[in-house]
Amino acid sequence: MATGTEPQPHTDARGANGASGPYSTGVHAPSRAAIPARHLRTDRWWLYPATTAAGLFAFVVYSTWRAFANADYYAAPYVSPFYSPCLAENCHPMRGGPNWEIFGGWWGLSPALLILIFPLGFRLTCYYYRKAYYRGFWSSPPACAVAEPHKKYTGETRFPLILQNIHRYFFYFAVVVAGILTYDTALTFRDADYEWGHMGLGTVVFVVNIALIWAYTISCHSCRHIIGGRLRHFSKHPVRYRLWGWVGKLNARHAALAWASLISVAAADFYVFLLATGVFDDPRFF
Amino acid sequence: MSAQSDAYKAHFRVWRGDADGGGLEDFRVEVNDGEVVLDIIHRLQATQVPDLAVRWNCKAGKCGSCSAEINGRPRLMCMTRMSVFERDETVTVTPMRTFPVVRDLVTDVSFNYAKAREIPSFVPPPGLAPGEYRMQQEDVGRSQEFRKCIECFLCQDTCHVVRDHEENKTAFAGPRFLMRIAELDMHPLDAAPDTGLDRKRTAQENHGLGHCNITKCCTEVCPEHIRITDNALIPLKERSVDRKYDPLVWLGSKIRRRNRTD
Amino acid sequence: MTQLDRQEWDVVVVGAGGAGLRAAIEAREQGMRTAVICKSLFGKAHTVMAEGGIAASMGNVNEGDNWQVHFRDTMRGGKFLNHWRMAELHAREAPQRVWELETWGALFDRTPDGRISQRNFGGHEYPRLAHVGDRTGLELIRTLQQKIVSLQQEDERELGAYDARLKVFQECTVTRVLKDENRVAGAFCYERESGRFFVLQAPSVVLATGGIGKSFKVTSNSWEYTGDGHALALLAGAPLINMEFVQFHPTGMVWPPSVKGILVTESVRGDGGVLRNSDGKRFMFDYIPDVFKEKYAQSEAEGDRWYEDPDHNRRPPELLPRDEVARAINAEVKAGRGSPHGGVFLDVSTRMPAEVIRRRLPSMHHQFKELADVDITAEAMEVGPTCHYVMGGVEVDPDTAAATGVPGLFAAGEVAGGMHGSNRLGGNSLSDLLVFGRRAGLYAAEYARSRTVRPTADPLQLDAAEAEALRPFSAEGPDAQHAGRPAENPYTLHQELQQSMNDLVGIIRRQGEMEEALERLADLRVRARRAGVEGHRQYNPGWHLAIDLRNMLLVSECVARAALERRESRGGHTRDDYPEMDRRWRRINLVCELADGGPDSPPQDPATGQIRLTRRETPPIRPDLLELFERDELAKYLAEEELAAEAAPSGPGAPAAGTTDDEETSR
Repeated sequence: MATGTEPQPHTDARGANGASGPYSTGVHAPSRAAIPARHLRTDRWWLYPATTAAGLFAFVVYSTWRAFANADYYAAPYVSPFYSPCLAENCHPMRGGPNWEIFGGWWGLSPALLILIFPLGFRLTCYYYRKAYYRGFWSSPPACAVAEPHKKYTGETRFPLILQNIHRYFFYFAVVVAGILTYDTALTFRDADYEWGHMGLGTVVFVVNIALIWAYTISCHSCRHIIGGRLRHFSKHPVRYRLWGWVGKLNARHAALAWASLISVAAADFYVFLLATGVFDDPRFF
Repeated sequence: MSAQSDAYKAHFRVWRGDADGGGLEDFRVEVNDGEVVLDIIHRLQATQVPDLAVRWNCKAGKCGSCSAEINGRPRLMCMTRMSVFERDETVTVTPMRTFPVVRDLVTDVSFNYAKAREIPSFVPPPGLAPGEYRMQQEDVGRSQEFRKCIECFLCQDTCHVVRDHEENKTAFAGPRFLMRIAELDMHPLDAAPDTGLDRKRTAQENHGLGHCNITKCCTEVCPEHIRITDNALIPLKERSVDRKYDPLVWLGSKIRRRNRTD
Repeated sequence: MTQLDRQEWDVVVVGAGGAGLRAAIEAREQGMRTAVICKSLFGKAHTVMAEGGIAASMGNVNEGDNWQVHFRDTMRGGKFLNHWRMAELHAREAPQRVWELETWGALFDRTPDGRISQRNFGGHEYPRLAHVGDRTGLELIRTLQQKIVSLQQEDERELGAYDARLKVFQECTVTRVLKDENRVAGAFCYERESGRFFVLQAPSVVLATGGIGKSFKVTSNSWEYTGDGHALALLAGAPLINMEFVQFHPTGMVWPPSVKGILVTESVRGDGGVLRNSDGKRFMFDYIPDVFKEKYAQSEAEGDRWYEDPDHNRRPPELLPRDEVARAINAEVKAGRGSPHGGVFLDVSTRMPAEVIRRRLPSMHHQFKELADVDITAEAMEVGPTCHYVMGGVEVDPDTAAATGVPGLFAAGEVAGGMHGSNRLGGNSLSDLLVFGRRAGLYAAEYARSRTVRPTADPLQLDAAEAEALRPFSAEGPDAQHAGRPAENPYTLHQELQQSMNDLVGIIRRQGEMEEALERLADLRVRARRAGVEGHRQYNPGWHLAIDLRNMLLVSECVARAALERRESRGGHTRDDYPEMDRRWRRINLVCELADGGPDSPPQDPATGQIRLTRRETPPIRPDLLELFERDELAKYLAEEELAAEAAPSGPGAPAAGTTDDEETSR
């Protein structure tokens, strides 16, 4: 009796007549409607994964170059966010700046590598970036209702992708990093002689950057969970409920903030690079 | 504004066939002002192919019966207005491609009913008689959003975990039913924990939450605009992290014997 | 035909809407093996379309509410034609039925103190409707569906199979209620997916198939509403009552044409929406009938104050019972003061902030945005009357929901008649489903348990049912009875039927038009015998429609005949030629039965079935219930002799009135 809500065994009616290759289990599985095309979308569905991949790729290239460069990351009073905090002896001296020689003298590589792991990990495990690179780089899926080119799929059920679950630890670190970058931003209210009470164009760049960094960090899904999402009865925690509401509003813009803060952090670094290499002089306001 | 004055002939391609095979067939059919794709399918039935199989019911986006794929995108036929297409555009309508086809635009969606049965039901709190339930609006708000679901199964259809990998159908409940788990876990009075059922844990261990790679197609196709990924799946993932991957929370719960009514 | 699949069940429930599912839950909890059979997928029933809420006098918002007030409102709304006992049971039991839903996981909107919030609605004296935004019906269906799943999970744990004691046969249709002598023996069904026939044998069958709206052109009802249960009952020998009362909901969408008729919930008005004509006038103030004069605001200012302070102001006339509002809109449009697409304007945009509209009326906002490209937070909706509900249905025993004259047959929900009298109040439908769905399930289970001998349907019956269902396939073939004549297209026949009913037996009725309707119905019935279909039996919608036509034609004839007979206007029955309510008609129920077949001998050829109409006197209202009303008010409704009887109370169970045979033959 096939009338219940019980699935019926589907005989392999089309059997050998067709499909093999990577799609034979998916939309070309024998029980499904026989449609040769792997998708029938007529819109420009490839635009999103293509621009995402291009954007992320550009950032990876730029940041790799800058992180390994180990040069041109300080122009008083500005320190590139890629190199803050600077935790090795080989750091450029920064007066009052975030250089603490925790790692001492044995570290010979770029000090950026010591610290970038945290923001990198935060963004790599971020729920938005996961979507972006699964779609953009992995084609898993390339777009909705467009068949993916993989034979097997296990998602985030096993190593290494099961490690995505540690996102919240990176969130904790990201808060610390954002705190240090806030400190760096405060330091930009000095002039090149470390006198307080001054501002330049770089100060504006840093203020915008840190605002976006915080907005991105706070709008994180893990943050939303920790702030209030994990509660069962909001009514018993009115303050956390209100905070959860605010975080939720930001969270709805998490993707936009992810891109904005990615661009702003690169821009801040590039600004420092321009100053440090002398290509450009920081216009001072007062 | 007379309907006749704006009428035109549209080019439709509709998949016809059954489990033994089939293909896209071409039709030219009249379209009037203000119509939706389902109207055109009905006109085909009434004038050209009386045995064209299509599942539908309320025709107002409330029952979730007329799910199909229109120009390759999972949609409700009753909620897709013809005005979103160019007049010379070919409109292709196929059945949902994740479920076994029955005939023409009708698919066998029993996968979803089987999954629904695997989700442990609401557990009423012992000691509360009918009429004694007290819940605050802010506490029911989250679950209420998920209960807007009309079970059109478009999210299940679009999810690549099962769409592209038939073999995952056993292990993966799909967005609709993971959302159901989230709904119950956020229900202010669900007494499942008292019975030893930890939905946060079973979501991952028994219902395949880990398969979800949050690529958000479920949210994109939801005709009820439920934010499935952001409000149900990710929070559920975070809740399961609480249980399985967060030693701090685990330790905290051991030490403080957290009152589960928080 | 020998390979016909037969299954044994205790209770078979036809229909998986609110009433059907509630009945199934009850029967299963009584220990009976229960089968539910429904035309759509499980969980898609038309109940999901109910928007406003479930009426139950819980008194959560206004403590003045109680079952007596609810009873009073229901009787007033139905113009005292309601079966008083049903109205009483309904008002008494509704709160319990709503609370029970919470224990199954329902999440209603809440009051500040955490109880179930209740909203105002037309005809209800106090805020009474438990609701979830404007998708209450969906919540109801989903809750019952999930309760059924939870019972199936219990069975799986206990017996190893989910559907050991409760099974849903989805996408199946019942074409005949089978009988063993005069008793119910089960149901003859086909599976839409494969077109295969099967038989569910059971001593009890509960009809919960909903309404008949698909016989009308402009309707809020879905394709399933083809009057199946009404027709199955008639064919099984059970009578229908009150079939002349068809509710036209005042506010359906009028544009675009393809969604004409789709409902705009009454809560739009309950929450502050007002009706205006093309002159911008709030015309409802001109249409308050005398019987309601004291209960409704006489000025816009007073009406507006009521939303904030209902205790010291009277409600605005937009919240009059549905029949009054529908007639008023009809009159405005006829007078040339309608909106561009032939409706009137329903406006919330100037009365509530956009934010509030989106929160309180989310699905309306969504529906207009998606279907009509209208933003209701910025502009007015265009609305007009749409066929919404049939008050008439299977005559049942109020307490047990048992159909008259056919032991083992039960009916609940819209398919049952009597509860709502001549007009149903908004919100009373969902509560009706729950209260009488449960009762039907309970008594169907009791009846099934009490039967020691299992019924069997004789093979001749099954052969006849199968032949009847297959007739559309042979309509064109060489063996057709009308060889040489072209087969009729079932879709065309359906459209003609809808047009006839809409034009001739619609919201305003006239003798001549209804007589014409009966002629057209007779013609359609002849042509329907030649309705032919192409293709094969597997998921063939043309075939399904051809089968459903039989039911629609039977039910339409009931409506037309009863409407022609009742020479007054009352509730959902408005006669142009008899515009006033006549107290003498309050005591009369019109009863429809199959003309050429008694319950003992199923008719040979039901497709030509004719309806026999008789009058039956309504049972006298119990005195203590009459005392809930002011005498002045009763005088508006009750006939002189009833008032006299009330003055000198006689016991309940007064002698049943004799029926006057008023037979009419079909043309």
